[in-house]
Amino acid sequence: MPRVLLIEDDPAVREGVELGLRRRGHEVRTAATGEAGLAALGEFRPDLLLLDLMLPGVNGVQVCRQVRENSQLPIIMLTARGDDFDVVVGLEAGADDYIVKPARTEVIEARIRAVLRRIDEPGNGRPAVEFHGELAIDRTGLTVTKSGQRLALAPSEMRLLLHLSAAPEQVFSRQQLLEHVWEHSYHGDARLVDACVRRLRNKIESEPGNPRYIQTLRGFGYRFGPL
Amino acid sequence: MKGLRPGRPATPFKLRTRLVLAFLLVAVVSAGTTATLTFREARNSVLRTAQDTAVSSFREQVQQIGVGLPVEDADALSEVLRDIARKGKPHTWIVFAEYGTLRASSGTSPTSTVITPELRRKTVGYPHGSFERVVKDGVPYLTIGMPTVFKVGVGGVLSTGLVLYAVMRMDQEQTQVDALITAARDGAVPGLAIALLPALLAARSVLRPVRELRRAARSMGSGRFDTRIPVRGSDELADLARTFNESAGEIERSVDELQRAEARARRFAADVSHELRTPLAGMLAVTEVLDEDAGRLDPDTAQAVRLISAETGKLAVLVDDLLEISRFDARAAELNTDEVDAAETIAKTLQNRRWTDQVRTELPAGIRARLDPRRFDIVVANLVGNALRHGGVGVTVRLRTRDREDGTGLLVMEVADRGPGIRPEALPHIFDRFYKAEAARTRSTGSGLGLAITQENVRLHGGTIHAANAPREHAGDPAAATGAVFTVEIPLNAGEEPA
Repeated sequence: MPRVLLIEDDPAVREGVELGLRRRGHEVRTAATGEAGLAALGEFRPDLLLLDLMLPGVNGVQVCRQVRENSQLPIIMLTARGDDFDVVVGLEAGADDYIVKPARTEVIEARIRAVLRRIDEPGNGRPAVEFHGELAIDRTGLTVTKSGQRLALAPSEMRLLLHLSAAPEQVFSRQQLLEHVWEHSYHGDARLVDACVRRLRNKIESEPGNPRYIQTLRGFGYRFGPL
Repeated sequence: MKGLRPGRPATPFKLRTRLVLAFLLVAVVSAGTTATLTFREARNSVLRTAQDTAVSSFREQVQQIGVGLPVEDADALSEVLRDIARKGKPHTWIVFAEYGTLRASSGTSPTSTVITPELRRKTVGYPHGSFERVVKDGVPYLTIGMPTVFKVGVGGVLSTGLVLYAVMRMDQEQTQVDALITAARDGAVPGLAIALLPALLAARSVLRPVRELRRAARSMGSGRFDTRIPVRGSDELADLARTFNESAGEIERSVDELQRAEARARRFAADVSHELRTPLAGMLAVTEVLDEDAGRLDPDTAQAVRLISAETGKLAVLVDDLLEISRFDARAAELNTDEVDAAETIAKTLQNRRWTDQVRTELPAGIRARLDPRRFDIVVANLVGNALRHGGVGVTVRLRTRDREDGTGLLVMEVADRGPGIRPEALPHIFDRFYKAEAARTRSTGSGLGLAITQENVRLHGGTIHAANAPREHAGDPAAATGAVFTVEIPLNAGEEPA
């Protein structure tokens, strides 16, 4: 079962979520502040970070940025609906998904599973490594290199790239991507997709403003290529 | 709101016209009266002087003549008449004489065409003579009749039967009178033109405050309660401006007070909801633990635990809805639009809630709309959920498009049920917050904010929502209940509407 680090300042939420997740078999470590959470990272080595955005001291967005500096640890933000600006900032900082509080444990667990889900093996005779322009995508090893240089992609970025590149030139609506990449409902928050596309472009495109790999089709969605 | 509103003429011009016209009328009346009176006096004095001179000199001439009576020699008489004619004052005149059937004159014709029978009649009966002004062929004449008389005793006279008439052209006097008319006109018309200037100035001085007042009133009407008018002078208009400013101040204070109170109330609701959310987040996370373990507890405790768990869930929904409403009230609700296939969006809502089998759909494919999928999902889910709860079976969702009068393409969604419908008195309140269409309907059906949130979401898309009872499809068939119909209309490109 995955190891979850929960950084949450409110004791009731911290205890409740910890209890709920532990009952479902997760190994949970909690921290009340950003500083304590960052300190626990190295020692606890979690599979996933559950991060409240509104923290005293070092806030959630700052924690998110610090983690992303040297780690592709899956990050899910805990947020209150209506804190729209925080959500966008958190997504830009590299969070993979977010959960609106209050949430039932089953919802939280479903999100955790979706983010941690192992991406499908290639199968039906696909080569393990595909080359698209300067990109080399290894679907088995889950690595992406650009001109031989390995790119550090967060889990959501990796999943999005694998999903799009599996069907080059096919257009996916943002709703479809929410359903298939994030396992959200069709009506979920499309800003997740947009923020992830932006982050991905910054990593794989030579000119993020004039993208070659992840192209936008206004009014329809995104597609991979054509190169 | 720019320009004049249709159907309302530009009133200031009307008032200006009226003021100018009133001024001119006063000027015309006063100038006209003055000119007329002056003219009449001058004319009369001109004419009277000429008349008096003529009449008295003629009388004198007539008294001095010596004519043998009875007159028999017309030529001799003519000679006398010519003598008198030469002495005409102030102008020469033509003298006519009448004696029985004898006619003589100083001119070429023995009789005159301008002497009227009226004058003749008056002259015979009046020994001091009579005169009359006659205009013939546009030429004014003064005609004087003078009977010759004998003096009989003291003051008594007796007519000799010889009557003399003098006919004098009054051209010169007429010219003088004409000159008077011209002078009066030349004086009055520039006067009128000059009167126009103060008229315009006065109109301006009245109209400017009126215009300012109108502008200020309109500005107040559009919600700028800090509008004030500059007060100039101390006339009635200045008083009006001062009163306006005072009233505006009062209104501004009241509105400020109301707005502050409303903002406080809204902020309080938002704060309360916000504060409730944190404990709820902890509680909601553990409801599963309660549900799972309730079976192992003694029945009473188990019942209490399940109650707490269920109510915690409802409380979470209520708090979430309250927060959503308070965001609409604070105008903080955002529209995150995306272009989607409308039919697919609705089908996904039904599928996510496992309603697909309970709801009949008429969803034509290929209708693309720009909307906020999350908010549209709430709209569809609330309406269909409402229909399923209250209408039971036979819930239908229909989708179509139509063009609004201004050409905007509209997405039209109808959610109809075959339930008992909505009581007519409940219809106007159906979208009110916490409104219960039936007194017996319990809280268990939802937060009581569902339809209010639905309406707000539709409005946020620039659309409208309408509730009605469907017409009876099969009259006389009591089984065919009326049922409620909710119709949502939102622009196909809601996201591209200018904010």
